[in-house]
Amino acid sequence: MIAVLARRRPVQLPAAGRAAHLVERNAILYRREWTLIVSGFFEPLLYLLAIGYGVGALVGSAVTLNGRAIPYAAFVAPAMMASSAMNGAIYETAFNFFYKLKYVKLYDAILATPLGVADVALGEVTWALIRGTLYALGFIVVMAALGLILSPWAILAVPASMLIGFTFAAVGTAASTFVRTWQDFDLVLIVMIPLFLFSATFYPITLYPGPLQVFIQLTPLYHGVDLLRSLTTGSIGPSILFDLLYLVVLGSAALLVAGARLERLLLK
Amino acid sequence: MAASATRADALVHARGLTKRFDKLVAVDAIDFDVQRGEAFGFLGPNGAGKTSTMRMIGCVSSPSGGELRVLGLDPVIDGPRIRARLGVVPQADTLDMELRVDENLLTYARYFDIPRDVARARTQELLEFVQLKDRAKDEVEPLSGGMKRRLTIARALVNEPGLLLLDEPTTGLDPQARHLVWDRLYRLKQQGVTIVLTTHYMDEAEQLCDRLVVMDKAKIVASGSPRSLIDQYSTREVLELRFPIDAAPALDGKLDGIAERVEVLPDRVLLYAHDGEAAASAVHQRGLRPESTLVRRSTLEDVFLRLTGRSLIE
Ligand SMILES: Nc1ncnc2c1ncn2[C@@H]1O[C@H](COP(=O)(O)OP(=O)(O)OP(=O)(O)O)[C@@H](O)[C@H]1O
Ligand SMILES: [Mg+2]
Repeated sequence: MIAVLARRRPVQLPAAGRAAHLVERNAILYRREWTLIVSGFFEPLLYLLAIGYGVGALVGSAVTLNGRAIPYAAFVAPAMMASSAMNGAIYETAFNFFYKLKYVKLYDAILATPLGVADVALGEVTWALIRGTLYALGFIVVMAALGLILSPWAILAVPASMLIGFTFAAVGTAASTFVRTWQDFDLVLIVMIPLFLFSATFYPITLYPGPLQVFIQLTPLYHGVDLLRSLTTGSIGPSILFDLLYLVVLGSAALLVAGARLERLLLK
Repeated sequence: MAASATRADALVHARGLTKRFDKLVAVDAIDFDVQRGEAFGFLGPNGAGKTSTMRMIGCVSSPSGGELRVLGLDPVIDGPRIRARLGVVPQADTLDMELRVDENLLTYARYFDIPRDVARARTQELLEFVQLKDRAKDEVEPLSGGMKRRLTIARALVNEPGLLLLDEPTTGLDPQARHLVWDRLYRLKQQGVTIVLTTHYMDEAEQLCDRLVVMDKAKIVASGSPRSLIDQYSTREVLELRFPIDAAPALDGKLDGIAERVEVLPDRVLLYAHDGEAAASAVHQRGLRPESTLVRRSTLEDVFLRLTGRSLIE
């Protein structure tokens, strides 16, 4: 029994130095395709302008948040920031990762080098995170310019956005290890669109009936939205601790699943 | 004495090495040693277990049983350290289709933690080595199959490996490209690189391999130098006869006693004899009139046929 256990592959922990080489590889590729990165930034910005200001003008300018009236655009902006962190992470890890896994056979080649599956998972999640951070920085600058930042706590919105990116990157990576064909990605979209629309993105969660509120609170983007909105509007409450815990736990669990699945797929 | 020295020097050492995929046994308790500086070949029909063995040596597939040491280390524990010193050409190309030709070598070098300036210099040298210098800035996808193969070989050399694993390195190459690859491998061997390769080409095995093993149905069925295998498993000469298509059943028993062994293939009959000419006249004396007769020396292909009951290229 002991002998059998001893033969099992010891869990190889990721090494930042090794994972960094994969990040470098992705950077080389995107140096040529920088338009892709830029487009990921404009999408949520357009939503902010169209809905934050357009719809905002229609519905009257203020939303009540924790008993405080705030401009509608300032209410929607952090939700758009959280959504863009989610979208960036999912596009990068689910779609691009699947392509590299199944078609480019990138990881088959990489695993013949000193890199292991843990390094691959860490490298790809890090890359998604770097992209997400660029978006978050850009977004926060735009929000500041439009006067949508109501509190100095907003300075923490960038690292918080990175956490959201990490969680969704890990979930996306894990999900794509289960995907068999491109058609399966329709499922990913079927999940992402309601998350974008209903995670208290465009109106407060209190508009939902009680049971639905509980359900929404079980979904991940809601916690991203709540976290960023708390920070940029300065309505800090104990809920953000729960948001942080939720995102960290979900992201770590997904990363473990991704590593284990990759091990099974690639190291047969 | 000799045995323990062998074990200590072996770059690859396998005893009872086994690989199972669920119930299927792909590699069944094989033993072999690859010595420093030699070129070692795996031959065997499709599905014999060659690639499964190569992947275990390359530390990308863990053994299901037995003992395996590569470069004196245990692949299960020291995978990254071993892989750092290996060069691998997998059976199917795994080039990075999103990057250009030179970027493929540059980034691959970076995975081995090779400093950028060294990586750049080595990329240039290797592109020259495999004659792809003028394609350096091209996309990989449109390269011909042979060019991709050469690029894969170049990529396997970026970390200046001491042990090179080549799984069917020249399958799909035209004769010129194949000779180029043979020449490059020969030069690497001169420089002291140890080579382990699989192949379906007998001339390749004879040209390159100091020693080889023949695998069949997951087991090693013979091992030795190409010459010693021919001496051991075949006669000095072979008489090849071709008959009209429907004549085969009529041969029944008529060739008995002429040769040590008779092998009836779909398209021809092989008679294994010490003296091929004598066998040919014996055939004629019995009144048989083949469409063509050819006397040749035994090759590895005959060994292969004898051991696996199949001709090499199916
Ligand atoms: N990942 C895998 N999962 C399940 N079975 C596998 C896997 N890889 C190989 N096998 C099986 O193991 C056996 C040996 O395959 P392997 O690829 O080692 O043969 P090979 O000698 O390299 O053949 P070829 O000359 O065709 O390349 C085959 O029966 C094959 O179907
Ligand atoms: Mg094979």
